[in-house]
Amino acid sequence: MSLERASATRPRLFGGRRLGELVPIIVLAPSLIASFIYVFVFSIWTLYIAMSNSSLLPSYGFVGLSNFESLWANRRWNIAYTNLFFFSGFYIVGSMLVGLLLAILIDQKVRGESVWRTIFLYPLAVSFIVTGTVWSWLYNPVDGIQALVRSFGWTDFSFALASDRNYAIWAIIITGIWQSSGFAMALFLAGLRSVDGDIIRAAQIDGASTFRTYRKVILPSIAPIFLAVAVVQIQFAIKTFDLVVALTRGGPGVSTTFPAIYVYDLMFQRGQIGEGAAAAIMMLAALAVVLVPYSLFLVWRRNKEVRNG
Amino acid sequence: MADIALSRVEDHEAVRASRRRGWTRAVIYGLLTVFALIYVIPLLVVVFNAFRAQPEIARNGLIAFPQSFQPDAWVAAWDNYCIGGTCQGMKRYFYNSLLMTIPATIISTLLGAMNGYILSKWRFKGSDVLFTCMLLGVFMPGQIALMPWAFILGKVGLSNSVYGLVLIHVVQGISFTTLFCRNYYVSIPDDLIKAARIDGAGFWRIFFKIILPLSPPILIVTVIWQFTGIWNEYLFGVVFTSGTQQPITAALVALTASGTTASAYDVMSAAVLIGAIPPLLVYFLGGKYFVRGLTQGAIK
Amino acid sequence: MSSLTVRNLRKNFGMVEVLKGVDLEAKTGEFIALVGPSGCGKSTLLAMIAGLESVSSGEIWIEDRLVNSVAPKDRDIAMVFQSYALYPTMTVRQNMLFGMESRGVPKAEQVEAIKRVAALLQIEPLLERKPGQLSGGQRQRVAMGRALVRDPKLFLFDEPLSNLDAKLRVDMRTEIKKLHHRVGKTTIYVTHDQVEAMTLASRIAVMHQGEVQQFADPDTIYNRPANMFVAGFMGSPAMNFIPARFTETGGPALALSGAPSAAPLGVAPAHAASVAPGRQVVLGVRPEHLCRYALQTEERKANLARLTVPVEVVEPTGAETMAVMRLGEQEIVGRFNPDEAPRMGEEIELGVDMTRACLFDPETRRLI
Repeated sequence: MSLERASATRPRLFGGRRLGELVPIIVLAPSLIASFIYVFVFSIWTLYIAMSNSSLLPSYGFVGLSNFESLWANRRWNIAYTNLFFFSGFYIVGSMLVGLLLAILIDQKVRGESVWRTIFLYPLAVSFIVTGTVWSWLYNPVDGIQALVRSFGWTDFSFALASDRNYAIWAIIITGIWQSSGFAMALFLAGLRSVDGDIIRAAQIDGASTFRTYRKVILPSIAPIFLAVAVVQIQFAIKTFDLVVALTRGGPGVSTTFPAIYVYDLMFQRGQIGEGAAAAIMMLAALAVVLVPYSLFLVWRRNKEVRNG
Repeated sequence: MADIALSRVEDHEAVRASRRRGWTRAVIYGLLTVFALIYVIPLLVVVFNAFRAQPEIARNGLIAFPQSFQPDAWVAAWDNYCIGGTCQGMKRYFYNSLLMTIPATIISTLLGAMNGYILSKWRFKGSDVLFTCMLLGVFMPGQIALMPWAFILGKVGLSNSVYGLVLIHVVQGISFTTLFCRNYYVSIPDDLIKAARIDGAGFWRIFFKIILPLSPPILIVTVIWQFTGIWNEYLFGVVFTSGTQQPITAALVALTASGTTASAYDVMSAAVLIGAIPPLLVYFLGGKYFVRGLTQGAIK
Repeated sequence: MSSLTVRNLRKNFGMVEVLKGVDLEAKTGEFIALVGPSGCGKSTLLAMIAGLESVSSGEIWIEDRLVNSVAPKDRDIAMVFQSYALYPTMTVRQNMLFGMESRGVPKAEQVEAIKRVAALLQIEPLLERKPGQLSGGQRQRVAMGRALVRDPKLFLFDEPLSNLDAKLRVDMRTEIKKLHHRVGKTTIYVTHDQVEAMTLASRIAVMHQGEVQQFADPDTIYNRPANMFVAGFMGSPAMNFIPARFTETGGPALALSGAPSAAPLGVAPAHAASVAPGRQVVLGVRPEHLCRYALQTEERKANLARLTVPVEVVEPTGAETMAVMRLGEQEIVGRFNPDEAPRMGEEIELGVDMTRACLFDPETRRLI
């Protein structure tokens, strides 16, 4: 039966007799070609630039891996990717925890559910530039939260995350969590709602407390959602650019440099296009490290489901 | 007697249980309120400051309730504030963003709908592989494309032009829109297409008469996703345009970065809001569809 | 004249051969049922007749035209789908008009056709509704109406009743039979339900693993199944298969291989001539051809062979009672009149109607 289904609407396209049968291909072609160029040609092109002696302008003298060598020898790049690891870890765990907590709270049949959801999700509609700008004001020691608390009388209260080179990364982490925990909440909530009600009722009849029901029954059954949320957040973390630009511009000093910022700086501020391209390739590699195993896992799981009917 | 005693025991149990439930409810609503405040306050701060006078902000700090509401900052931010030498306010950049976002959204959505239709209902040998390749575009970091785009935009004469950004966003957006539409169209039964073919309808008639009338839900999701995504995009905007050609995100960064205006919180707040209102509007009007797009975009 | 002729039709999906040379032929006005378990290729065959699947090899003729490479819309067919496939955004009327509009049928004819079919199916009150506002049975009617407006040469039904609940299914079955009687169109009807096939069809093609196992009228299919697959598939409860060996001790008889202690069963004269002593066979007996020996008339007893078996389970269904009995290593099922039904645990003397029994070759599994 599955075979009958799979190719059910598959008309003959190649070796077909009518021009009409080629219409789908003709309509699809421009998008396909554009996507193909975008995905493959651009990647290889950039890889080529990364192996060239490009500086202020792209040039195509082949220099092998020397751009990669100088990239990894660069202290700022090392800071950038250390930051990326640090940021990713706390940002992902943080937004998942907050998102999960919010989802569970909302799942308790609260009144005005849509109002709560709207409030927690709206930051996602707004650009990172807007979010970053506003939070940079809040972090500003002269005008922001520190000033507010001091005006209440706690005069030596100190809250200057964004301007302290040891803590500036935390400003980005907190803002990132604020921006995207709503996203985790939406996904978790959808997952919680999809859990078979009979399982939950069975657990209640078995005498499990709410807490135990969540921990032992509900959360394990939405495990795939944890993974999906994490993968999306990692992608975002690797691509992080706007948020940092608006919040700290990579500073103070170079303390909050990220790979994406590094690429931009090298390509357009310092005229080291070759090394910038090498850094971009490293970003792509990082994404691949996350996404390739994940996609393989998804394919594996789907095949398993198919096998088990 | 025994009945009464028993019911009284039950009463105690019930009272205790309901009291416990009351406490739980209080904790739940308390937590939700705390988080809601954390989420809302930044927005309120900006809204308030956009209506406060700058001297008042300087005196009372950023986070305070306005003592009077004044629209001056809005006028300045929209019409005549100076950003990087030009004193035309945000309106110029707002229009740029509209000019970039609307065509890019429409074109990429239409292409996505047709691609999705073909890839779900007119599959051919290798179409699944092609679909997977298109899907990769969803994951591509923009940084990889910067140099190639710079070259291509230069060649076709679209450097420093809003239309160049339209091109970029359409190409980048096709992956998303195709993915959304294809996944939606897969759930439309193949039998409908077969019935239509037996009824004598061809490729286009099936698309316009059967698929499109079924598409509003996914088209709304796609339009919302594309609109907010393209409006909020910054990297391509700042790299490929400059001066008066920039979209609003790039202009906002330029505005807040320029040293002289660093403390004009009133105008900057109004400007930030001008940049945030269109996507927020879309979000509040199409919230349900926005969330749906989000979850679909995530579970790729 | 034949409305449909299928010759040596084959279909491959990659390496998998779904149809392995199918021959089929429907005379004008005939009602042909394609029946078989899921995956037997019956739906693929129907889709190929409709032109929705390409032909790997072989020929499909509709009347006197070879249609192998003719587009579905040009084959002059109509099809009713399992899911009904009503266009959800259109009203019932628009659904029925869609095909005629696509073909550019004159307006006046369209109106006339709708009027005729709506009256025929009694769906006039539904014409302005959308499919979402209809019940399952109504949708089913509309789907048939959409097929009928076009007055095609060939009607194709793809499991049209399997989405209805049991009661409605029986009603619609009768309806389809009446309709076919009235309209008289050649019909190809795919189903996995052997009762539907038996009740509706003038001829049945039983399919299994991409081949037509038997193509004959319902009576032949039921009483003279070509092989063990057809015998087992048609009829519920299924036919009992009892391995046995021919002996000549005291006249031609069958010694049951699974129950050596049981006395050999006497063989009907028709069978006796055709089989050599010592040959292994499979005895096929339908549940209704088992009875309580003691309760039968003398006349009938002449045709019966006797067995003594314990009754393990009794399943009354109201109109009749099934009993599962143990015969050596295997179980056999009997269908009894409730008045004559045995009780659980009882040991009964079973009569086996050998004149109605079938003999199969255990190797080829074919009818002997």
